[in-house]
Amino acid sequence: MAKKLESNFRNMFVVLSSICIISALALGFTYGNTKDAIAKAAQEKQVKNIKKVLDGIPFDNDPAAGKYTVDGFDGLELYPATQGGQTVGTAVKTVSPAGYSGNIWLMVGFKPDGVINAISVVEHKETPGLGTKMDTPWKDQYTGKNPGVNNLKVKKDGGEIDAITAATISSRAFTDAVQKAHAAFTKGGVK
Amino acid sequence: MSMMHEFTKGFIKENPILVLLLGMCPTLAVSSSAVNGLGMGLAATAVLVGSNAVIAAIKNLIPDMVRIPAFIVVIASFVTIVDLSMQAYTPALSESLGVFIPLIVVNCIILARAEAFASKNGVLGSLLDGIGMGLGFTIALTTLGGLREIIGNGTIFGIALFGENPTTVLMFIMPPGAFIALGLLIAFVNKFVKKAA
Amino acid sequence: MSNYIVSLSPHAKGPLSTEKVMWAVVIALMPSFAFSAYFFGIRGIVVTLVATIACILTEFVIQKYLMKTTVTAFDGSAAITGILLAFNVPSSIPIWEVILGAVFAIAIGKMVFGGLGRNPFNPALLGRAFMLVSFPVDMTTWPIPVTTQWTWNMSKAIDGTTAATPLGYLKEGVKMGESVTNLVAASPERFDYFNLFIGNVGGCIGEVSAFAILLGGIYLLYKKIITWHIPVFYLGGLALITGVLWAMDPTKYADPLFHILAGGAMLGAWFMATDMVTSPMTVKGQIVFALCGGLLCGLIRIFGGYPEGCSYSILIMNAFVPLIDKYIKPTRFGKEVNYG
Repeated sequence: MAKKLESNFRNMFVVLSSICIISALALGFTYGNTKDAIAKAAQEKQVKNIKKVLDGIPFDNDPAAGKYTVDGFDGLELYPATQGGQTVGTAVKTVSPAGYSGNIWLMVGFKPDGVINAISVVEHKETPGLGTKMDTPWKDQYTGKNPGVNNLKVKKDGGEIDAITAATISSRAFTDAVQKAHAAFTKGGVK
Repeated sequence: MSMMHEFTKGFIKENPILVLLLGMCPTLAVSSSAVNGLGMGLAATAVLVGSNAVIAAIKNLIPDMVRIPAFIVVIASFVTIVDLSMQAYTPALSESLGVFIPLIVVNCIILARAEAFASKNGVLGSLLDGIGMGLGFTIALTTLGGLREIIGNGTIFGIALFGENPTTVLMFIMPPGAFIALGLLIAFVNKFVKKAA
Repeated sequence: MSNYIVSLSPHAKGPLSTEKVMWAVVIALMPSFAFSAYFFGIRGIVVTLVATIACILTEFVIQKYLMKTTVTAFDGSAAITGILLAFNVPSSIPIWEVILGAVFAIAIGKMVFGGLGRNPFNPALLGRAFMLVSFPVDMTTWPIPVTTQWTWNMSKAIDGTTAATPLGYLKEGVKMGESVTNLVAASPERFDYFNLFIGNVGGCIGEVSAFAILLGGIYLLYKKIITWHIPVFYLGGLALITGVLWAMDPTKYADPLFHILAGGAMLGAWFMATDMVTSPMTVKGQIVFALCGGLLCGLIRIFGGYPEGCSYSILIMNAFVPLIDKYIKPTRFGKEVNYG
């Protein structure tokens, strides 16, 4: 076995510094190479969700480019979809902090009159097998309803939404997020 | 101590999870599905192979007193490279593994192999040790994730086994299920597999 | 305290053996079994038998083929675990789920620790906790007593076979902001003390009838298998916390008598908190254990996420038993010794 370098101050300083510099170079190189791909992946996910909730509505702009926010609704983002300059639908990224374990992020697509077109689940940490059932055809019951007209609450709270069995809290939070999206959409107005 | 032995010992005989009981934290946390287990296992393998090879190559240049910081810097660099690559090219997997990819840095397996093996052996041996140990970690994690996914969710790699919405033993995809499934798996390997290998 | 088996390393052989104690407990559980057979009919009987057989078989297989040791599966302790587990689930539970719960209770709750006397947690309660986490829907669907005696297929989808338990109804109502007074007025039969005492309410198979449990409990007291301390202090703790809150605001909290009679408090106090293996050795320790358990039960019921907290309160206190035994030791040779 070759002799190891002695542990004196100069050796330690030189070796550690060189390792750090080489590592930093390697990291910088990787970051430069992946930066665009990461941004693209995040954007693609966003666009995919927007497209999903505006399914069936033809539009010819890039909704993500027209992103706007509404005062009083922190964290909510609205993406207008237009066809020939006319707004045909709006995707609202919304959140409810009242999930069983943390935030539930949804993307809700509204038609200009406030009727829900579709909902997509963006992110959540609900209990597997219970709260996770929100991302199944269960959420289709919201489609065609207008939170301004229909009473969007779970049945236990006197509304017309069938809660997920054994996951009332998740269902409530989901409904809460949808209502918040509608409130922001109404307040923000069709742009 | 043949090269073959360095390669295969990590599968069962010195399996990092089932026998050495290293890296329990990511094991318990991300093994809720087979895909997660496989992804985590391969990510850790990539880091392990890289760090083992580099550390074996530069071991004589590192003064003893600063070897741990040096190892950690090397490991952390590889982890960050893997993390960034996963974010770029497998965003869905990277999201579901979340913070546990960056946390590979503090995964005991990596540092343990660096300290116990790579810093004392040649590059080729360390490379094989890294691949073998990494695959052993991957096998254990995927098995555990697969078991938990089948029992707890009725699916394997996302494919439904028992039709739509079966009643499953939910506990197994929740945190307590991780402990119990891991315990049972270790017991099983100890009782039936280890002696044979 | 001195005349029954609660101390370590017994050097003198008394008239009581494990078998005798265990089978006496089984006999004490029979009144509850008879009542459950009346209220929950064929399913109640089948679920209880299946759980019991599954527990005994699991212990037998593990002892004979895995541990390769003396088989003590038929000493009655596995049977008790099985009966208590069944008493802690609704009668509508699918049979395979109760079998799984029984296997878990014995294999993970008892045998992995080395068998009878070495398990830190009450195996039946561990089995129930496992089932509650694993099958939350089936574990919280409650058949209506008496009318469903001959119904085999029970699910939420079939109307008129299931209904909320008194505690579940109360929890849900209070969460919605209803006052207890209104809730009682809307469903008086659920809050009727006679119904609760006799067991004519929705609930787990063996927990509904306070009367039947009392019969069994008195038999155990008479046989000197348990002392009165744990049941009395457990129920006392529960009554204390619910009573204080009730006295503060009777429109927001239900009265202590309701809390004692409803849900699993009676079954837990008499049969599960008193488990010799998982309760403290000294009377003082038992009092601390039971009082804290009762307080916890009340706290979980009123402030927790679940409507019923009895099983978790006992499991949590089980975890404290080694600590309690460490700090509350019997005095040596009956005398305070000052080592100062």
